[in-house]
Amino acid sequence: MRRREGLAKLTGRELYTDDLAVPGCLWGATVRSPAPRGRIREIRYSDSVDWSEFTVVDHRDIPGPNEILLIESDQPVLAADRIRHMHEPVALIAHPSRDAVRRALGAISILVDPEPPILDFLADPGPEQIQHGSDNVFSRLEISKGDVDRVLANAARIIEGEYHTGAQEHVSIEGQAMLAWCDGDVLVVKGSMQCPYYVQKALIHALARDSDHVRVIQAPTGGGFGGKEEYPSTVALHAALLTLKAGAPVKIVFERGEEMVATTKRHPARIRHRTAVDGDGRLLAQDIDVVLDAGAYATLSPVVLSRAIIHAAGPYHCDHVRIRGRAVLTNAVPFGAFRGFGAPQTQFAGERHMDRIARIMAIDPVDLRRQNLLRDGQSTSTGQVISDGTDREAVLDRALELSDYRARSDAHAEFNWTHPYLRRGINFATIFHGAGFTGSGEVYLDSRVHLAGLPDGTVEVLTANSEMGQGATTIFVQITCEHLGLAPDEVIVADPDTARVPNSGPTVASRTAMIVGRLIERAGDDLIAQLGLAPGTRGSAVREAIIAWHQVHSGEALLGTAVYKPPSTVQWDDEKYRGDAYGAFAWATYVAEVEVDLRTCGVRVTDFVAVQEIGKVLNETLARGQIQGGVAQGIGWALFEECRWENGAMANPQLTNYILPTSADLPPLRVEFLENPYEHGAQGAKGIGELPIDGPAPAIVNAIATAMGVDPCRIPLTPEVLMQLESGVPR
Amino acid sequence: MPIAGGTDLLVDWHHRLGAEEKTLLDLSRLAPQRSLEWTRDSLTLGALTTYWDVIVNRQARKEFPLLESAARQVGAIQIQSRGTWAGNIGNASPAADGVCVLMAYDATVLLASVDGDEEVPLSDYYLGYKRSRRRPEQLIRSIRIPRRRTTAQVFEKVGARRAQAITKVGLAICRSEAGWRVVAHSVAPTVRRCPSLEALLEAGAQISSPADLLPAIRQDVAPIDDLRSTAVYRETVLSRLFHSAVADRGIGRRDEP
Amino acid sequence: MNGSTGERKTISFTLNGESVSMEVTARERLLDLLRYRLGLPGTKEGCGEGECGACTVLWNGLPVDSCLVPAFQAEGRTIETIESVDPAALGPFHEGGATQCGACTPGVVITARWILDNPGLLKTHTVRELMAGNLCRCTGYDGIIESIEAALDTQGGN
Repeated sequence: MRRREGLAKLTGRELYTDDLAVPGCLWGATVRSPAPRGRIREIRYSDSVDWSEFTVVDHRDIPGPNEILLIESDQPVLAADRIRHMHEPVALIAHPSRDAVRRALGAISILVDPEPPILDFLADPGPEQIQHGSDNVFSRLEISKGDVDRVLANAARIIEGEYHTGAQEHVSIEGQAMLAWCDGDVLVVKGSMQCPYYVQKALIHALARDSDHVRVIQAPTGGGFGGKEEYPSTVALHAALLTLKAGAPVKIVFERGEEMVATTKRHPARIRHRTAVDGDGRLLAQDIDVVLDAGAYATLSPVVLSRAIIHAAGPYHCDHVRIRGRAVLTNAVPFGAFRGFGAPQTQFAGERHMDRIARIMAIDPVDLRRQNLLRDGQSTSTGQVISDGTDREAVLDRALELSDYRARSDAHAEFNWTHPYLRRGINFATIFHGAGFTGSGEVYLDSRVHLAGLPDGTVEVLTANSEMGQGATTIFVQITCEHLGLAPDEVIVADPDTARVPNSGPTVASRTAMIVGRLIERAGDDLIAQLGLAPGTRGSAVREAIIAWHQVHSGEALLGTAVYKPPSTVQWDDEKYRGDAYGAFAWATYVAEVEVDLRTCGVRVTDFVAVQEIGKVLNETLARGQIQGGVAQGIGWALFEECRWENGAMANPQLTNYILPTSADLPPLRVEFLENPYEHGAQGAKGIGELPIDGPAPAIVNAIATAMGVDPCRIPLTPEVLMQLESGVPR
Repeated sequence: MPIAGGTDLLVDWHHRLGAEEKTLLDLSRLAPQRSLEWTRDSLTLGALTTYWDVIVNRQARKEFPLLESAARQVGAIQIQSRGTWAGNIGNASPAADGVCVLMAYDATVLLASVDGDEEVPLSDYYLGYKRSRRRPEQLIRSIRIPRRRTTAQVFEKVGARRAQAITKVGLAICRSEAGWRVVAHSVAPTVRRCPSLEALLEAGAQISSPADLLPAIRQDVAPIDDLRSTAVYRETVLSRLFHSAVADRGIGRRDEP
Repeated sequence: MNGSTGERKTISFTLNGESVSMEVTARERLLDLLRYRLGLPGTKEGCGEGECGACTVLWNGLPVDSCLVPAFQAEGRTIETIESVDPAALGPFHEGGATQCGACTPGVVITARWILDNPGLLKTHTVRELMAGNLCRCTGYDGIIESIEAALDTQGGN
């Protein structure tokens, strides 16, 4: 099936938030802190501006608690007295002219009495730098399996490694954008977001309103990648405060520079491995330590840390595993959700470490993976017994075959011997990614979905899940059509609007197709039952029954409903952090071929092969697009994308200095799927969206290590960094 | 302030409040200025000639391949179609790819004002960072490039990616009957010729390793650390690119025709 | 033109085949003119610094970043925006996964159309080089590049 809204997007007719022409609308903007930490002494409004023309809001205008509702709710909507990071929102202004707003921002100064910031997440904070608890640690988690200390103490061979990953900016091409207005006594917020119900809850909390008086609508959203998971709550609150005070609609649209300095990014991380290995390369014990830079507020860091540590040991069997993780405060902009959610960081470390183990032990890296890959009946670090019937070795073998790994390795060895300055290498990473919320998360979400039968026989899908480019709308239509035997023009998808759709949970964690899609199927079953049809009825019989039902029940709503129920086999212990972390994992091997120019240490990715098992592929074009897009972001994170920091703020907030790969920088990204349908996913689907960002960085850096004989342990691996490592390489 | 293609002037324009309060003098309607004029001795680029105009000009590609090479590496089509060679000179950025290759070809800049025309060699044009000999009342009327028999020429641009990249370090080498020209960019406050490196080539000096070049490079340029790269990287890469051009491609060999 | 004096200037140009005449200031960018004054929001702003290409329009037949064009320079020019593109020509793009979130898409389609209108470019350039001025964060570019190649094939067959 072709993308539902594809033609609207291709012709520029899809209207995003900034495209909506709203009569009488004011432009809102955020006044931000000029310091990383301190007490606000004064907000000074210069006389050069006629402030009577402006709506001005500060923390005193917030009707409810000055908190952005999230895990810890420690982040203020607008800083009241204390500043915790550069560019933290302090006040808001609005005016009909956008240029007037820009000029006015320059006429406001925030005077801050500085306090000592902590800017290095690996440094021990001094007493005057403590800002959370006794040690600035937001969250601490531990996974423990077997007896790591005993095995390490007796091990003949322990291999250690320390790995660092950098922050990454989402750079959705549409930035944060939010429109707010009042419809009678109902506050309406429409904008770019992944999770309308998160936004609604945040508005209810800080504005002290009930859900009947807060309506949130997702506008067409130009990319998310996690950047529009929790952050839009802040922008929505700001637009709402301005509209409530101004009595006029208000739009806030971030320009690129503001987007880059002010919004969340991928958590920087440091991961240490100590691994006991026997002579054949069997993993005897894994001792892993994970530290995430959380930035100034907790945001989603505790759950990012959770996913990070659960994926840290890789898709391997090992009887003795200990993974300790902590997310620590710094006075940097808060880090938050980003595709992969901690797993890319720990799998970069894990797969780079596996490659180093192979090199140090002189074991073939393929054999090392093959030896340790999880087999059915074996368990992950949390003790989750894997028994999905996937042939994980087949995934590895297919990737090596498709990339011509062996022959190219040999050819490169010869090439590298003769070429004066080019070095080629091919290498790979073996990865996994758990789909859906972790552990009991899906149970707490209590997601529900409606399928409405409309009077003309059309079926309408009602969920809170957003289309942000990943193809949710198309997949929902496809699942409904397939399940009920309908044609695509007999199915419509409701806009995510809290006044109309039930809360089917957030559009995150690779859960939409697998979990919400399955709920759509079950809501379809419920619809059939309500129509008095036999289970499994499909096609025109369904349509005719819907029309007939409305003839009898004129003016009533016909709603099939489904509420999430966990598969009975899934057991998770939140206290001990043990059990079935995810309903399903996707499995993959990614192979990268690189060419390094020793003169410049510039790296070109010359081939990339991504083979994965993701359950049933629902839509080949969309699935391939998800993998290729994720791989491109992963290549960016590995080689190009570097956040330069100054006082905890991004010092390179321009697309000319924060480098995304262009079409000329990437080779064709070759994608292949192996299918093993997952019984609890829609039509057998597992999650797909995040998996592809886990593999590129380790595959590429492993390939660079092979090409040059260096041992890089840090990304982004820019030419400047690589040159420092390479100094010893003979030319 | 004169404006032609606007590709430098309008960057981040919405935040450069007041930038437009200078009087903008729109040159873009002087259509005849968008030309490539050939005489027996020279090629003259008009004040409005764009990168794209050169890229699609077969004769220019053939005779001045470094112009094409540099032009194709400036931004991408959206910049190549609007950005002008004269603007690249006028903006006076040390990272100007167009200036680097023009200088390697010994181009001269024709400055015009009510007081008359003045022709300045591009290699003498810059006084310092973002400073040039052009007086406020002067406009760049054209750029003249002498037609010579060229026996060797190389342009190397190192940016953070393969398109849409501001140069971190760049190098042009050209040998003609006028001698060797070596020009480096993004390694000094201005794009500049490298007389010490030129002298090495003129003398046919043996260069056995990039490190041998560092004393000459340090006389010629002064790279810095900034957002885009480091001084060490720039100096090292410059030495390696130069060495590679001379050693691996053999362009400095005396026996070359 | 001078912005501090609030000087306005009337310009006339051809937009998507029709003549347009309007007053502009020194401060306006072509992008703002199109989006906020001419009711053509299909052209997107992605960065405001000429890097991402989301605001690409055809300017006398060549792709330009409309965020880098002062509106007053439009006088006498021919400008085509995404709104001028024939939907019927977009089949290969729809089929091939050329769009995901859609924010870069109008710029991508404009540059693609320029390539399709000038297939001779491919004698000297690759599609990947010609598309390098349009950043896309969703597709990894394969969907875009393959769609253009498919459209070129269709065109060649005609």
